[in-house]
Amino acid sequence: MAERSFAREVQDLRLGAGDVFRGEGILAVTKALLQSGVGYVAGYQGAPISHLMDVLSDAQGILGELRVHFESSASEAAAASTLAASVNYPIRGAVTWKSTAGTNVASDALSNLASGGVLGGALIVIGEDYGEGSSIMQERTHAFAMKSQIWLLDPRPNLPSIVAAVEHGFALSEASNTPVMLQLRIRACHVHGSFAAKDNREPGFSLAQALENPVRDPQRIVLPPASYVHEQEKVRSRWPNAVRYIREHGLNETFEGDVAEVGIITQGGMYNGVIRALQGLGLADVWGATRIPLHVLNVTYPLVDEELVGFCAGKRAVLMVEEGQPEFLEQALNTVLRRADVATRIAGKDFLPMAGEYTAQVLGDGIAGFLGRYAPEVTLAAAPDARPVLAGALAQALAQTVPARPPSFCTGCPERPIFAAMKLVQQELGPHHITGDIGCHLFALNEPFNIGSSTMGYGLGSSSAAAFQVPAGKRALSVMGDGGFWHNGLVNGVGNAVYNKHDSVTVIVDNHYSAATGGQDLLSSRAEPKGRSTNHPIEAAVRGVGATWVRRVDRTYDVARMRDVLREALTTRDAGPKFIIASSECMLNRQRRERPIFAAAVKRGKRVVKPRFGVDEDVCTGDHACIRLSGCPSLSTKPSGDPLKPDPVVAIDNSCVGCGNCGEVAEAAVLCPSFYRADIVHNPGRVERVVAGVRQRVIGWLQAWRAARVLAVG
Amino acid sequence: MARPICIAITAMGGQGGGVLADWIVSLAEAGGWVAQSTSVPGVAQRTGATIYYVEIIQVPSGVFPVLALMPVPGDVDVVIAAELMEAGRAMQRGLVSPDRTVLIASTHRSLAMVEKIKPGDGVADSGPVLAAAAGLSRRFLAADMQAVAERAGSVISAALFGALCASGALPFGRAAFEAAIRDAGVGVGGSLAAFAGGYDAVLAPVQEVARPVAGAVGVAGPAGEQAAFSAAMRRVAAEFPSAAQEMLGHGLRRAADYQDAAYGHEYLDVVARFAALDGAENGFALTVEAARQVAVAMAYDDPIRVADLKTRASRAARVRGEVQAGADQVVETTEFMHPRVQELVATMPAWLGAALERSGLATRVLRAVFERPRRVRTATVWGFLQLWLVARLRPRRRGLLRHGREMAHMAVWLGAVERQVGRDYRLAIEMLACRRLVKGYSDTHARGAGKFDRVMAAVALVEGRADAADWVRRLRDAALADEDGTMLDGAIATVRTLEHPAHA
Repeated sequence: MAERSFAREVQDLRLGAGDVFRGEGILAVTKALLQSGVGYVAGYQGAPISHLMDVLSDAQGILGELRVHFESSASEAAAASTLAASVNYPIRGAVTWKSTAGTNVASDALSNLASGGVLGGALIVIGEDYGEGSSIMQERTHAFAMKSQIWLLDPRPNLPSIVAAVEHGFALSEASNTPVMLQLRIRACHVHGSFAAKDNREPGFSLAQALENPVRDPQRIVLPPASYVHEQEKVRSRWPNAVRYIREHGLNETFEGDVAEVGIITQGGMYNGVIRALQGLGLADVWGATRIPLHVLNVTYPLVDEELVGFCAGKRAVLMVEEGQPEFLEQALNTVLRRADVATRIAGKDFLPMAGEYTAQVLGDGIAGFLGRYAPEVTLAAAPDARPVLAGALAQALAQTVPARPPSFCTGCPERPIFAAMKLVQQELGPHHITGDIGCHLFALNEPFNIGSSTMGYGLGSSSAAAFQVPAGKRALSVMGDGGFWHNGLVNGVGNAVYNKHDSVTVIVDNHYSAATGGQDLLSSRAEPKGRSTNHPIEAAVRGVGATWVRRVDRTYDVARMRDVLREALTTRDAGPKFIIASSECMLNRQRRERPIFAAAVKRGKRVVKPRFGVDEDVCTGDHACIRLSGCPSLSTKPSGDPLKPDPVVAIDNSCVGCGNCGEVAEAAVLCPSFYRADIVHNPGRVERVVAGVRQRVIGWLQAWRAARVLAVG
Repeated sequence: MARPICIAITAMGGQGGGVLADWIVSLAEAGGWVAQSTSVPGVAQRTGATIYYVEIIQVPSGVFPVLALMPVPGDVDVVIAAELMEAGRAMQRGLVSPDRTVLIASTHRSLAMVEKIKPGDGVADSGPVLAAAAGLSRRFLAADMQAVAERAGSVISAALFGALCASGALPFGRAAFEAAIRDAGVGVGGSLAAFAGGYDAVLAPVQEVARPVAGAVGVAGPAGEQAAFSAAMRRVAAEFPSAAQEMLGHGLRRAADYQDAAYGHEYLDVVARFAALDGAENGFALTVEAARQVAVAMAYDDPIRVADLKTRASRAARVRGEVQAGADQVVETTEFMHPRVQELVATMPAWLGAALERSGLATRVLRAVFERPRRVRTATVWGFLQLWLVARLRPRRRGLLRHGREMAHMAVWLGAVERQVGRDYRLAIEMLACRRLVKGYSDTHARGAGKFDRVMAAVALVEGRADAADWVRRLRDAALADEDGTMLDGAIATVRTLEHPAHA
C-alpha cells in the first residue's frame, strides 16, 4: 500500500466527455492513457511519476472494466521489456519511470525495442528529475532519445497540452513504428490544472486476442541481418514518417510577434518560464500574447527542418532556449540552418548558462542579453530583480544564521538505529569503508551519521565494494535497501558476492516497502495486497543464491543487538560474504496503517497503550550525545530554564511515535539516564486502575517519608 | 496589465504545506478564479526544506492564462513560511521584496540537525531573520502558529491559512476561506479552530508569556534544615555584593537541594573566597561566574542525584503533563539506566571503592554480575523502591569515593583560578567558565572532563598575553563545537604557534 491513497482521484478517472478534470499533471497523463485506449501500463515508481503508478494501483476496478493490464514492474528494465507486446500486435502500451536513473536501467530493452520498431503505439512517460528538488544526477533524457532513435515529446506544461501529447504520442508512434518518450519535468508532473475530459476507450485489440492468435515476424528481432535493416528503416522510413506526422498535426507551435527580426525557439517545457520572463521585460502578457515571435518545440526529437528554416528565415537572430547540457538542440539547429544556407545568427548557451535549471530569472537575463545584442531598438521594462535586496546587509546577515535543512530520516524511522549501531561499532573497530545505495538509507550521508563513501545506483551498494576483496585488516561494509535488493541487488550484489567469494559485509535494510519512492509494496512486503504475491522473505532469496553467513535482526531498534551483529560480521574468521538483514517496518507507513486503528480502538473504549518517550530536563546536562546518535526529528533541544545550565537541554516533542530508539541508543552507548518511556494506557480496566491507585499510595508514602527527612528547594 | 497573485509556501516536509496549497487552489476556484499550484515532493518531503507555489488569476472568458511553475525572485505577492528559519530561507531566495510581498511567518523554531548536534549551544540566532523579515517585506505578520495549532488540536497549515485570511492579501472573505476547509472534508473541526486561532494571532499578536523565573522558593524538609537554609539565604544578602546575589541564590538553592543546608553554607564559603578577591570596579563579574560554576561543580551529576530527581512527587506530575496524559489514563514510566562498575564503585565509601578499584579481579566479577542495561519501571513499587533506596544514600554522599575525587578536582581548579585573579582578572573568569565543558554521564562525562583538563592545561600557553582570556574563550567554544574534540585539537595547535610573551 502506497504512502498516499488515491481513492478520490481514482473516481476522476471515470470522467467522460463534457466533464472537466481537475488535478495534477501526472494524473492527467493517467486519464489521457485511458482516453487513448491503452491496453497495458507498466512502470517503476520514483519521483516525480510515483503518483501515476500509485493511482493506477488504486484503480484496479476501472482498469478491469476497460480490460487494461497494469503491472508494478520489478525494475525499469522489466517495464521497458513490457513494451514488447506492441512489437507484433496493434496494442497501445505505456510505461513510466524516473529519468535518467530509470532510463539507464531500461536502456537494454529500449535499444532493442527501438531497433526492431513497434506496430502498436508505445509510449514511455518520463519524469525528468532535473533541477531543484531532484534526487539524482543531472543528465538529459534527450541523449537516450537520439542514440536509440526514440521520439521525444516535451509539451508545454499545462494539462491540455500534456493530454494532447499523450494522445498524439501514441498516434505518432504508430505512424512511424517508433517508440515515443513523453518527457515531463518535476513541476509539470505536480502542476495542478484542468482539462476537458473525453470518454475512456477500451483497447481495440486485446491482449487476450494476441495470446490466442500469436503473430511472429523475425524481421523485428535484433539479429543479423535484420539489425542492419533496422538501422536503414530508421532513417529511410520511420524518421520521415515521424516528421510528416508532426508537421501534418501541427505538434510544434509558432506564436507570432511584432518584433519579427528576432525570435525565440524553446523546448515546450520551458514555454511558461519564457513567457514569464518576457512579461517581466514588458514583452508579453499573462494570456501568452508576445511581441517576440516564439517557436515552441513540443517535439524536441526529431526536429522538423522545414519548420525551423521557415521560422528563422529572414530573422537577424534567434535564441535557442534549451535547458541542460550538452546543447544538442542548438547544435542541431546550426546544422539545419547551415544546410539550408540560412544566415540567421543562432544564440543560445552564449546568453544562457550551459548548465543548471532555467528559472524565470535566468531566462529573463538571457533574453535581455540576446535582445540587447540583436534587437537593441526594443525597449525593455525593468524586470523584477531580487538581487539589489539580496546584496543588502539585512539579507546578507541571513547567510550566517539560516541553517541548511537537507531531507533526513523521519520520526521513528527504523533505519536510524542501524546507522547508530554502525557509528558505535566504528567507535570500537575504527572507521571502515562503507558503500551506500539508493533509498532513504542514503540520508545517512548527512549529519548526524556521516556514513557512506559512494553510491553507484539502485541495488548496487554491495557491488560497489567488489574491488575491496583483498587481504586487509578491515572489511568493507555495504548498505542496500529492500527496494534496491529486489530491483537489482539480489543478482548484482548478493549473487556477485557469493560467486566471487567476497569477504565483505552487506547490510540489507528491510523496511517492508519501497519506502523512498512512496511506500509501494515489494516481493518481501508483509502486506497482502490484492492481485500481488508478497511475503517472500529476503533471507530465503539470499540463501537461495548460495549465501551461508546470514544474520537477521528482526527489530532494528535493538541498537545493542544491531551493533553486536555488525561487530561479529566485521570480525568473524568465517570466509565468504556476510549478509545482515535488518528488518523493521517503515514508520511513515506503519503510522498510516496503525493510527486510524488506534484512534478507533480508543473511541470504542478498548484498552490500548501508546508509548511516548521523554527526557528529564533536570537530569539532562545538555551535551546532546543522544541526538548525535539518533537524529530523530522529534528529539530536539530547548532552553534549559536553569541559569546554572547555559546549554540547551534535550526535549522530545509530541510528534514522538514511541519507537524507543532514543532509549535504546542511550542504553547501548551508555549515554545517560535522562530518558524515560511513558506508556499511556487509554481506557484502563478496573483492576488496572485499582492496582495503579495502590502503587501510587505506596509510592506517595515513600515520597512523603523522604520529604520529611531531607531538604528540598524548588 | 493583468497579473496573477503569486503565493509561495516555504515549509519542511511533513508540515502540511501541500494541504495549504490545496486549500488556496480550492478557495480560488470556488471564487471563479483560475489557480495553478506546483510543488516538489520527492525526497524533500522527508523533513527537508521544501516549497509549494500557487498562482491565482481572474480570467475573462475565452482566454487562458500562462502561469509560472516556480516563484520568480522579486515578484511574489505572498510568502507563507511555516517555520521561522524557512522564512529566512525564503528571503535568501529573493522571494520577499519590500515593494510587493506580504510575509506571513510562524515564529516557532524547529531546529535543524546542525543546530542540535553541537555539544554546546548550536541554536541559530533568530534575530537576523526577524530583522530581515521586518525590513525586507511590505508587511510582516508573525505569530507562533505551531502553538496556535497545538492549542486547537490541529496542524500548522490550518493556522497559517487563517493568518493568510487575516492578512487580506487575497480578495476572498473569511466565509470563503472556511468553506475551502469544509470542502476538503478532513479534520474540519480542528482545522477551523486552528484557522480562527491563526486569524486572531496575526491581527492581535499575543505577548509571549515569559517562563516563570524560579523566584518563588518552595522549601520543604525538616525544620532544622529549613532554618539553616534560611540562614544561608540571609548570608547571601548580608555578605555578598548585590550584583552577585541573584546568581548566588540560584547556586545556593542548587547546592542545598543537592545535599543539605550545610552544603549550601559550604558553597557560600567557597564563593566568598572569590568575592574577597573581587571589586566593584569589575562589577563583581568574577563572583557571579564563581557563584554559577562552583554550584555546578559541587552539584555534580551522580547516580544519587539522578535517583533523587526521578523519585520526587513533582516529577511524576511533570511527566504526565509532558506526555499530555488525561486524568482518566494510567501512565507507566520506565527509566533507561545503564550503570557501570565505575559508577557502582564511586558510590561506595571511599576506602571500599578504592580497594575494589585496585583489584582487577573484583572489578571483573562486579562487571559480570552488575553491568547490564536496566529498565526500571518506576510506576511499580519495586521499581520505584530501587531508585528510592539509591536516593536514600544522599546523606552519606560526603563519605563516598566519587565525592572525594570531585572535591579534590575542584580544589585544584579553583586554586589555579585564585592564583590567576591578581595577574589576569579576565583570564580567571574564563577559567571558571570552562567548568561548562564537564557534563554528561559515563563516556560523555569522561570526554567532557578530558576537554576541560586540556583547556586548563592550555592556559599555561597563553598566560601573560593581553588576549589570554580571549584565547581560552575560543578554546572553550571550540571544545563545544564538536564531539570528538577535533576543533579543540586544531585550536590548541593554533595556540601553540602563538608567540609566547616570555620569548617575545
